[in-house]
Amino acid sequence: MFGYYFNLALRSLKRNRTLTLLMVLAIAVGIGACMTTLTVVHLLSGDPLPGKSSVLFFPQVDPENPVVGGATEPRPAMDYRSAMDLWSAHRADRQAIITSSPVKVRLPDSSQPPLMPSMLSTSADFFPMFDVPFQYGSGWSADDDAHHARVAVISADLNQKLFGGANSVGRILRVRDADMRIVGVLKPWRPSPLFYDPWSQNFSKSEDVFAPFTSSMEINKGNFQAYTCWHVPPSMGDLQNADCVWVWLWVELDSPAKVRDYARFVDDYANTQKSLGRFAVGSEHARLRDLMAWLTYRGQVPGDVRLQAWLASAFLAICLFNAVGLLLAKFLRRSGEIGVRRALGASRGAIFAQCLVEAGLIGLLGGFFGWLLTLVGLWLVRHQPVDYAHLAHLDAAMFTVTFVLAVGTSLLAGLIPALRASRVVPAWQLKAL
Amino acid sequence: MQIKPILAALRRHRLATLLIAVEIALACAVLCNACFLVARRWTMIQINSGVDESSLAVLTVNGFDPKLSADVNARMLTGLRAIPGVQSATLISEVPFGPQTGAAGVTHEPGDFKNLIGVVDFVLAGPGTFKALGLKLVEGRLPQPDDYRPATSFLPDYAQVLVTRQWAEHAWPGENPLGKSFWCDKMHFRVMGVVDHYARAQPGQYDLGQGEWTVFTPVVPGGSLSGTYLLRARPQDVQRVLQAARAAVQKIAPDVVLDQDNSKTLNDLRANYFKSDRIMIGLLLGVVVLMLGVTALGIVGLTSFWVAQRRKQIGIRRAIGATRGDILRYFQTENFLIVTFGIALGMLLAFGLNAVLMRFYELPHLPLPYLPVGALALWGLGQLAVLGPALRAAAVPPVVATRSV
Repeated sequence: MFGYYFNLALRSLKRNRTLTLLMVLAIAVGIGACMTTLTVVHLLSGDPLPGKSSVLFFPQVDPENPVVGGATEPRPAMDYRSAMDLWSAHRADRQAIITSSPVKVRLPDSSQPPLMPSMLSTSADFFPMFDVPFQYGSGWSADDDAHHARVAVISADLNQKLFGGANSVGRILRVRDADMRIVGVLKPWRPSPLFYDPWSQNFSKSEDVFAPFTSSMEINKGNFQAYTCWHVPPSMGDLQNADCVWVWLWVELDSPAKVRDYARFVDDYANTQKSLGRFAVGSEHARLRDLMAWLTYRGQVPGDVRLQAWLASAFLAICLFNAVGLLLAKFLRRSGEIGVRRALGASRGAIFAQCLVEAGLIGLLGGFFGWLLTLVGLWLVRHQPVDYAHLAHLDAAMFTVTFVLAVGTSLLAGLIPALRASRVVPAWQLKAL
Repeated sequence: MQIKPILAALRRHRLATLLIAVEIALACAVLCNACFLVARRWTMIQINSGVDESSLAVLTVNGFDPKLSADVNARMLTGLRAIPGVQSATLISEVPFGPQTGAAGVTHEPGDFKNLIGVVDFVLAGPGTFKALGLKLVEGRLPQPDDYRPATSFLPDYAQVLVTRQWAEHAWPGENPLGKSFWCDKMHFRVMGVVDHYARAQPGQYDLGQGEWTVFTPVVPGGSLSGTYLLRARPQDVQRVLQAARAAVQKIAPDVVLDQDNSKTLNDLRANYFKSDRIMIGLLLGVVVLMLGVTALGIVGLTSFWVAQRRKQIGIRRAIGATRGDILRYFQTENFLIVTFGIALGMLLAFGLNAVLMRFYELPHLPLPYLPVGALALWGLGQLAVLGPALRAAAVPPVVATRSV
């Protein structure tokens, strides 16, 4: 029976090519617009560390004193002392203290002009905690952190620029005025979004130089940048004793019990600092979000992208109503034909099924062209000057969604017209003949 | 034209009528909101920076020891001024559409930031920079040589500054801003002049009415005022002068690093800064056009169907005396009624959509004038779309009435 209906549908579609083309086109454009934007939203809200994100947490306290403008959430970073206190307590399975700053980098005895990449100052746990992939060598040890060791890890990109991609482990890098020994070279690594940095552009590149937090405080003294300050620091860039937030922490907690303990630890810390008079607010502004909760809170999908998705959905809705109207016209135009079929013994269900097959076929065609338009749309996104452009590719899941959405949309659109068509009264139509 | 028979006919096609009306309502809601968003972005990208953009370029270097900043400044300025075509090379901390360096909250009283007037951009500027920028002074006086004060940390402890009209009207509404004081923590500023327009570095990150909260602060070069140089040249020379300056940095100061991304002409900085807004405007307009096109197609399709269905009735009406004009007007009026119904529904939807957008974006209420304009656009679209099928209906000959099929 399905084959027969399919055949009928094809004939019917061929009979009025313009109308068919218009319907297919409307669905295709709607699907194309909707899927392009949904794909971008889907990719941007992805998990940067699948399998690991649930054990990574971002502790926050609010050192701002007094709190400006009735804020109800802490800033995305802490002052040096709070971050240092929480980090050096070593209460988590792993913990990394982090900040970033621009730094001058060059090779000693080289005529190459110096570069100004950004340096991530962190601690040994950073690399195993975030599964950072190494091309050569490895990260540094907790011992290196303690001894302010002059060691560094560089990105694949910087290794390419300075050493032509060769194994540079053991070579010396002049970071500002200090000589640092390269202990590791990363594989190309670009977590999207750049989840560990709370105030970077969400989809920007990761840093080029990674150095122990302790030693980089000495090396790049005076060049650190504050997220915000509540008292103007005595000298810009020297933030260790300033009332500024610029350092943050990530911790790994492997079991729910540890998460509870750590949350209590952060709360207690905030309350203690409040009672000491250093903080204006205590545990009310202490947070311990896991990675995905943090990304959601931070709003990793850019506003423009969400707006585009809204717009595209509204557009698809308009296309849907349009398709309903046109299908209704198309089916009812054949009332005479349907009347004859009914008189010859076809049941209502049969008419209904036949109409739905036709609607589904239009949806399939629309889905196919919509898929092509989605590919064009994503190609356009890739050529936009936005920092997430490199992400815009259609994955298998979204490919399936395209067709499900297209066929679903047109079946939905076909539902009411098909119901109407199946309710055609045969006697009236036969009389009209 | 009698409306009653039309309404009676529409009642027979309740579902189809409703479908078109809902489609028009959706189109109306999206149209009003999309145009509103486009208008806001358009206002943003048209912001008056207040400076002679086409004559200016900025060159940024970094990576030098802060202790040597006076020396680097001196070498850089001498070197840059020697480049043929350079009218002036002066020190500035930030330019419109470049990176932001000096945003800070300010208050009417010294001390903490509890009662903020707002967050302004402090632009530190050396001698000659005011003239080089081409800012227009509307009140007060220009900085004199002894107004330039050393900036020990981020700002001088006390300075006479120039503010924009926009900031003055916000901070001291209805008052004469000249001589007024404001504070950033313990640093004290007094207004000596008001400029017409002067955009802050990243106006797009602030509300529409805060893009010019800029404070022009005369500062002695050195310390925080180093490494960023404002070049002025004739508009036709700017690009060439900037290229020459970029190339010369290596020779002038081999120990510094040229900031490639932030050494550009102001025209390029502006174009770059608003690129994504322009794309968004294009996208919004594209969707609006497509959406109106699809809506028009829906109207054409459904009306064509009705015309075909009513061929016989049209023939009968023609046979008993209706003119072509009567038939044409019948379909036009019918469309007008449906569209009107759709628009009425669409106005409600438009406000609903606006409320949703307001929750997610910092948007004000949809201004009322958008509604009648959107309504007019949809009425026009409906009439245009219905014209073809209606003319075909009008062309039905009366003889059809006498045929059986």
